[in-house]
Amino acid sequence: MIKLNLPIDKDEIKKLHAGDSVLISGTIYTARDCAHKRLKELIERGENLPFDMRGAFIYYAGPCPAKPGYASGSCGPTTSARMDAYAPLLLDNGLGGMIGKGEMSADVTEALMRNTGVYFAAIGGAGATYGKAITESELIAFPELLSEAVRRLEVVDFPAVVATDCYGKSIY
Amino acid sequence: MRKIDTKEIADKIYEMALKAGVSLTSDCKAALNKAAENEADGAAKFALDTLIENCRIAESDGLPVCQDTGMAVVLLDIGQDVFLCGAPLTEAVNGAVRAAYKDGYFRKSVCDPITRENTGDNTPAVIHTHICAGEQIKITFLPKGFGSENMSAMYMLKPAQGVDGIINAIVETVKKAGSRPCPPVYVGVGIGGSFDTCAYLAKKALTREIGSHSEREDIAEIEKIALEKINALGIGCQGFHGNTTALGVSCEWAHTHIAGLPVAVNIQCHCVRCQKAVL
Repeated sequence: MIKLNLPIDKDEIKKLHAGDSVLISGTIYTARDCAHKRLKELIERGENLPFDMRGAFIYYAGPCPAKPGYASGSCGPTTSARMDAYAPLLLDNGLGGMIGKGEMSADVTEALMRNTGVYFAAIGGAGATYGKAITESELIAFPELLSEAVRRLEVVDFPAVVATDCYGKSIY
Repeated sequence: MRKIDTKEIADKIYEMALKAGVSLTSDCKAALNKAAENEADGAAKFALDTLIENCRIAESDGLPVCQDTGMAVVLLDIGQDVFLCGAPLTEAVNGAVRAAYKDGYFRKSVCDPITRENTGDNTPAVIHTHICAGEQIKITFLPKGFGSENMSAMYMLKPAQGVDGIINAIVETVKKAGSRPCPPVYVGVGIGGSFDTCAYLAKKALTREIGSHSEREDIAEIEKIALEKINALGIGCQGFHGNTTALGVSCEWAHTHIAGLPVAVNIQCHCVRCQKAVL
């Protein structure tokens, strides 16, 4: 089991191979369908993004509201394929990688290779496990999108698997 | 004639929705345990073990098993000797869903299909009412996530395609879905009827216990063969390759037109959270 503290640099990304089991800690940002549409529009207009994309990791997730006493509600990954249309643009703009679930398109694999990025698959359906592994959650953009808003998360020991590595190899 | 206030239905649905969000059905838990036992060490086994532990955490902490607490699908079989009084039924059901999703800290996942604006309270629910004999009301509550719903499909087969065509449609739908619907999946199949009833039957099939069989021998055989073929695909838990791609296949049927053979395949992820009650 490999322990990672995100964000990780390109040298560390190069050490990861499809199929490796990992435990992810550190800082990640949530974004799913609607938030990606907005990020794309901001990039196309040359406007500032809600967080520094360079080397950052996006988690395809939309949490449940937090119960009292918890930093976050349940927060497992959503299906990554719906972000196929956006991931290459974000990777070309500095994104370090993504965490989601399920296979992504060949265009995304090419963008990961081109930019030395990595795509992790979290375990879909393990929402309670991931929610409890979140120690801090801060809403940083698009609050009107409710669960689909962009949040900065601090996480400890998220279980995941390297789904697509920077060499273009995939677990699927 | 039995008089039932719709508030009684709403109170029951509220209770069922709260329980459904944080717990898997016992048959689903048993099927996941069996799948884990049937897997050698590797990514699929790691994923199954994570899911079993996740279920334990969800129940002990009262947290949603999965953050996609779904659209609320409510099936009501209403005995024709029941007289409903109180608030209109639809309002009562939506009120229960609204309250449960708020009080349970469940995600609100319902939006306008065009503007994508969230309704903010997870309503409206999907409500299917059927009138049957008797003076009871049978309630089935199924929170339906969309990672799996998105991978569902509808086929209008030719009658000549027959049983082989039906099995092929089921297996190809699961194959095409691959890792995306959170396998191991539970597959609900509608066979026959018209376009609309066929899709409804597929959903209804998902409310059956995993591992149950159709009362019709020929249809039970379709369920069995389709499940074997799906598990031979080797997609495995989360698409990480393994022996269990589906936990079960359930088929419901209805008579159809001489010119057609509708088949609907509704995919359910491994989070089967169906609750049932009788009033």
